[in-house]
Amino acid sequence: MSSIIHGAGAATALSTFNPVDSKKLTNLSVRSQRYIVAGSEASKKKSFGSALTVRHSQKLIPNAVATKEADTSTSTGHELLLFEALQEGLEEEMDRDANVCVMGEDVGHYGGSYKVTKGLADKFGDLRVLDTPICENAFTGMAIGAAMTGLRPVIEGMNMGFLLLAFNQISNNCGMLHYTSGGQFTIPVVIRGPGGVGRQLGAEHSQRLESYFQSIPGIQMVACSTPYNAKGLMKAAIRSENPVILFEHVLLYNLKEKIPDEDYICNLEEAEMVRPGEHITILTYSRMRYHVMQAAKTLVNKGYDPEVIDIRSLKPFDLHTIGNSVKKTHRVLIVEECMRTGGIGASLTAAINENFHDYLDAPVMCLSSQDVPTPYAGTLEEWTVVQPAQIVTAVEQLCQ
Amino acid sequence: MALRLRSSTSKSNFLNILRYNNLGFGTASHAARHLRTHDPTLLRVSQNPISRFCNTMAEKLSSVGENEDANAQVMDFPGGKVAFTPEIQFISESSKERVPCYRVLDDNGQLITNSHFVQVSEEVAVKMYSDMVTLQIMDNIFYEAQRQGRLSFYATTIGEEAINIASAAALSPQDVIFPQYREPGVLLWRGFTLQEFANQCFGNKSDNGKGRQMPVHYGSNKLNYFTVSATIATQLPNAVGAAYSLKMDKKDACAVTYFGDGGSSEGDFHAALNFAAVMEAPVLFICRNNGWAISTPTSDQFRSDGLVVKGRAYGIRSIRVDGNDALAMYSAVHTAREMAISEERPILIEALTYRVGHHSTSDDSTRYRSADEIEWWNKARNPLSRFRTWIESSGWWSDEEESDLRSRVKKEMLEALRVAEKTEKPNLENMFSDVYDVPPLNLREQERQVRQTIKSHPQDYPSDVPL
Repeated sequence: MSSIIHGAGAATALSTFNPVDSKKLTNLSVRSQRYIVAGSEASKKKSFGSALTVRHSQKLIPNAVATKEADTSTSTGHELLLFEALQEGLEEEMDRDANVCVMGEDVGHYGGSYKVTKGLADKFGDLRVLDTPICENAFTGMAIGAAMTGLRPVIEGMNMGFLLLAFNQISNNCGMLHYTSGGQFTIPVVIRGPGGVGRQLGAEHSQRLESYFQSIPGIQMVACSTPYNAKGLMKAAIRSENPVILFEHVLLYNLKEKIPDEDYICNLEEAEMVRPGEHITILTYSRMRYHVMQAAKTLVNKGYDPEVIDIRSLKPFDLHTIGNSVKKTHRVLIVEECMRTGGIGASLTAAINENFHDYLDAPVMCLSSQDVPTPYAGTLEEWTVVQPAQIVTAVEQLCQ
Repeated sequence: MALRLRSSTSKSNFLNILRYNNLGFGTASHAARHLRTHDPTLLRVSQNPISRFCNTMAEKLSSVGENEDANAQVMDFPGGKVAFTPEIQFISESSKERVPCYRVLDDNGQLITNSHFVQVSEEVAVKMYSDMVTLQIMDNIFYEAQRQGRLSFYATTIGEEAINIASAAALSPQDVIFPQYREPGVLLWRGFTLQEFANQCFGNKSDNGKGRQMPVHYGSNKLNYFTVSATIATQLPNAVGAAYSLKMDKKDACAVTYFGDGGSSEGDFHAALNFAAVMEAPVLFICRNNGWAISTPTSDQFRSDGLVVKGRAYGIRSIRVDGNDALAMYSAVHTAREMAISEERPILIEALTYRVGHHSTSDDSTRYRSADEIEWWNKARNPLSRFRTWIESSGWWSDEEESDLRSRVKKEMLEALRVAEKTEKPNLENMFSDVYDVPPLNLREQERQVRQTIKSHPQDYPSDVPL
């Protein structure tokens, strides 16, 4: 029968992570049916259902390090860095569908500022991997027009903060035209790029824009955090008929992980169970996942059993997975890199309170960055981002 | 300047020169990509058949190895050779004379002698004129309907019929159109019926926009006319993208986009023109310079000689046309389209005209311009009367046909209005569909909540919107 999988391992940036249950989750929503991972026959036979069926006894988990799944039926997989995973996903989709093209600044010969498009211009030509002049609104608009005539562009924002310049096109055209045209025109674009607080990149290049785009009807948003889900989400986003914004993080590009050789995609609307637990639900995404896992190590040593969920889908929220977790643990902590006011955590808090109020034993707590522009000084910058110590304190507070 | 390298040894010598001169190429393939060549068998370093060739390097490279004469010194700045001058000279902000305007018919509709124009057949000319009349009547009737409270909103195209119809006539049905909002004539030419126009304006269930947009925000996938988005100039980059898509598919078609004098101030205008030039995209930028952007006259909009001079700033071929001269418009667009597709370049067309109507039904333009001015343009510079004179003098039109046409269209128009008004609105489900390809959980939930509310308060729900 199915072997028990523990959650992902320790949160140091260089360690490898095991792909977890989420890729074998099935039947979460009608819409996701088409996108069930096409794995090998053997993996299809294993029925994991939701992560909740993987139950632990009530005793303490001695450590948060995952045990490797002994799976000899699938091929060995290959190891690569997150940006290479993104590139692999992109390349595979461009091979698969001649309509997929890339546009952005320095994506062509230069291979992209973070090398996600490296080698693609040589392989597919200058027209399919298009270097554009510096005008985000223009090339986003271009991609929308191209999408309406049948192409599937992948727009790269050199830094997600630059998307602020493309907001008009994203909000008014990208999100709306499928609706206002009465369904006549679809806009299957992917807008991707790095965001988040990096290492002293300055205030303007440390934007967390996910929350600004939340309200736009018609778009979907996902945030990747591991090489596995980066490739899976990239491919799913390209295949989706809706406009998708894929948020990457500047500091996660060099994460290394072994990913499957076979073709797979990740469901765009699903959250990822990183570490099942009993005492408290910690919801997070992108880089904060690693701070949370680091805090989890400390917490486990102190006798707590946190359940860590990487929400991955920022719009819409995967309230099914989140809800099941809340119903189990009755306590929620949200850890995010967004600003406090109007961040993703703010709307997630509202959604949880609205839907799962009866299951909560304590108010939903949200740890976010302060409402300040990101300072340049290294020490100050470090303290605008939620640190593992704060997470540990918050859990202790919630679990009193 | 093309560099033809006949043998691989000369090629490798040449590439060595490049490296030696430290022109900044990282690899031979990178260097090769920058050399202009007309012979595909030479210098084919990369496998892909579609490459853009940057012409800046070619000029630079052609000077490599030449003798340097001190008197004819040039500097190889990135971007090409530039000559020096010891005089301090500024380029004037305006030229002494304004760019002349291309026209074929004079003010009275007589053909100007020795004019160049593309010949139009009787069939096309008659259809052009009929469509202009239809557009005019449609505008008048819809405008009146709005004033009577039957329509919520409308924006007329009065005074700009020639731009609409003549440009549409010069295009092919595969050319994709990205309109602003004052170009319903293009749709009309392509076969959108009066009933379809009325359906969209009333937002009823027969509207192919499913009642989601304001009146005059038409869209038709079938007729290659992209749904109007109210935001100004956002359609310009979209058109460049569509042109890029057409170019990639090697289609015999171009993208065409319309905008007004006001729209040219938006950032998207400048970016789109720049992009189109760099991408070598086959797109026609047609500007309806009608003198007014709501209440802002062109003197408050820009200080250049109109739009036509802006093309050169971006490296785009441009022309200024009399927008009220249907023949000139037709010829200009026809020629531009051929250039755009065969030479893979964008073209900017500035059509000078006048916005006779108000900006929309929410505007009263007599508050910022004199009624005399409006009247003069409506009578003395009317595009319909000029063209009518010409087709009549060609023996293709008569007074009878005129009155027949007008009464027929008017009747058809009133009928279309009547039918559209009575047709049911789209049902409630359409409020939530097409936001995504499949309605997600939160939207299904929201629809459920709305229906629940309606159930408990049925008297507050409008009777002509089915559930």
